[in-house]
Amino acid sequence: MTDVLAVADHRRGELRDVSYESITAGRQLADETGGDLHIAVISGTVDDFAAKLNRDGVDTIHTVSHGEEFNHDVYSQAITQLYDELAPQYVLTPNSVNGLDYAPAIANELDLPVVTDTVDLDNDGETLVATREMYGGKVETTTELEGDAVITIRGAEWPAAEGTGDATIEAFDADIDEDAIGSTVNGFEEVGGGDVDISEADLLVSVGRGIEEEENLDLIRDLADALGATLSSSRPIVDNGWLPKNRQVGQSGKVVTPDVYIAIGISGAVQHVAGMKGSDTIVAINTDPNAPIMDIADYAIVDDLFDVVPELIDEFDG
Amino acid sequence: MKILVTVKEVATVEDEFEIEGTEIAEQYLGADLNEWDDYAIEEAVQLQEDGIADEVVTVTIGPEDCEQTVRQALAKGADRAVRVWDDALEDVDLLDVNAKTEILSAVVEAEDPDLVLSGVQAGDDSFGATGVSVAENLGFQWGAVVNHLEHDFEDGLASVRRELEGGVEELTDIELPAVLTIQTGINEPRYASLRGIRQAQQKPLDVQTLADIGVDESDIETELELTDMYEPESESDATFWEGSPDETASELGDLLRDKGVAQ
Ligand SMILES: Cc1cc2nc3c(=O)[nH]c(=O)nc-3n(C[C@H](O)[C@H](O)[C@H](O)COP(=O)(O)OP(=O)(O)OC[C@H]3O[C@@H](n4cnc5c(N)ncnc54)[C@H](O)[C@@H]3O)c2cc1C
Repeated sequence: MTDVLAVADHRRGELRDVSYESITAGRQLADETGGDLHIAVISGTVDDFAAKLNRDGVDTIHTVSHGEEFNHDVYSQAITQLYDELAPQYVLTPNSVNGLDYAPAIANELDLPVVTDTVDLDNDGETLVATREMYGGKVETTTELEGDAVITIRGAEWPAAEGTGDATIEAFDADIDEDAIGSTVNGFEEVGGGDVDISEADLLVSVGRGIEEEENLDLIRDLADALGATLSSSRPIVDNGWLPKNRQVGQSGKVVTPDVYIAIGISGAVQHVAGMKGSDTIVAINTDPNAPIMDIADYAIVDDLFDVVPELIDEFDG
Repeated sequence: MKILVTVKEVATVEDEFEIEGTEIAEQYLGADLNEWDDYAIEEAVQLQEDGIADEVVTVTIGPEDCEQTVRQALAKGADRAVRVWDDALEDVDLLDVNAKTEILSAVVEAEDPDLVLSGVQAGDDSFGATGVSVAENLGFQWGAVVNHLEHDFEDGLASVRRELEGGVEELTDIELPAVLTIQTGINEPRYASLRGIRQAQQKPLDVQTLADIGVDESDIETELELTDMYEPESESDATFWEGSPDETASELGDLLRDKGVAQ
């Protein structure tokens, strides 16, 4: 009743970083509840994955051999069966696209509360305090709950677990009911290819929803031209069809690490930041001094882009 | 085929705001149709225009104030709307995923659609969990973060693409009935036409209480308690350039030359 069961995330033969981060988060919680940390790794080359997940702090790794890739029905069945067997207090999953495809389902099935996208977790022995953001990162909140729960954790909030552990690795013989599997994964496709590779650029001029209208994009194009920079954007610009997918920076776009990244009218939502936080120097131009982008900016201009950008073009064209 | 779309009115917040207890003070809040739901509505309406869907119904949990947002969905082409509200919901601080699941499930059961479209998440509390939770609760199939849906539904399957991280899409077939959580960019949401807006006023908007849909107050009691809300401590160690636009632009110009990335 005090254990933690964390579920690993993998895709196309690779464990994803958040799997190691959930070991850190899970260990911390298990220390606070006084329980053990169990890791579940489901589908794919589970023995190889288990060896890699055997890092400091892991007590037991349960491998479930079934199919190659993620399938939410297989995950749900395996995790609920593991839950019945281990009776952990918390089930911890990544707040990844796949995590969100099964965590709410197992919570419903097990009749547990679910708290998603947590950035901090704290348990005083009785109450869990989960920190999460609201309103696109404008505020943080704490949510408290007692008893068992399903929790998803945001990527890159906890450091990856390191070292070599001495976990017990056990094959868990899950009873997967094939008839209950209602979806079939037929393959994967890489999107966002094409003429430019924004991840190659030294200088990115990146534009967000602050640009308001498609016509206004010309202003940013002119800036990119004047600076000899490559044009990129946040997601809404691509969603609107104003720029092609290969220009999108972020979780579901490209990860970029230019020398300088100029974010113009971009708020700095977590999914955007995931794609550009590794830039050497980050400059933000934004009317909102409290926009989350300011947290990771090295330099900032709190002003209207429609006033600043023409001046900047003049600097280089004039 | 009948489609149900979950529609939420989300709170929007001004740049400058104040927090009172565990809420943002009312005067700094606005209201809008949830961005993700806008795409879900559009997908449903397109399915109707393609002759696949014969009825599109929206369902909303919210007080009378949010009818403006519901009418927006009707103006874009949904046929009718259900809005669930109850005195018992008035004082609830945080309507958690399980409570929303109970309410929406009851409406889905009564409406009996073939397909439920919800947004990936709501822009305000961003749980991103309700659609999948409802599916599991009802024994529907589901797919989270769908950014493409084939409109032919061959063999009773929804062929979708799920948008994974890093520019990778998963091609998946899902049996119906199903709940799909719709990602932005799947289509181009239309603006409501004047005619649509006029027509929306005449479309049925059915208001139901918890008792009407057969949900007991005790079913929506949440185990989660919102205990604090605060502005995150700024981790910013940014240099803020001050001055007129030409001054700040010139500072940035110097930086770019210094770094050797622009001349
Ligand atoms: C599963 C999932 C995946 C996602 N993947 C990505 C991704 O890969 N990439 C991505 O970017 N997003 C992604 N998102 C979306 C993300 O959550 C945000 O919605 C998005 O990043 C917001 O883009 P934005 O900053 O351009 O717009 P907004 O958040 O609307 O910000 C606009 C900013 O412009 C500023 N502004 C307005 N007017 C002006 C002006 N005149 N001058 C200066 N500043 C101005 C505002 O102060 C504001 O900060 C994803 C979301 C989900 C749920």
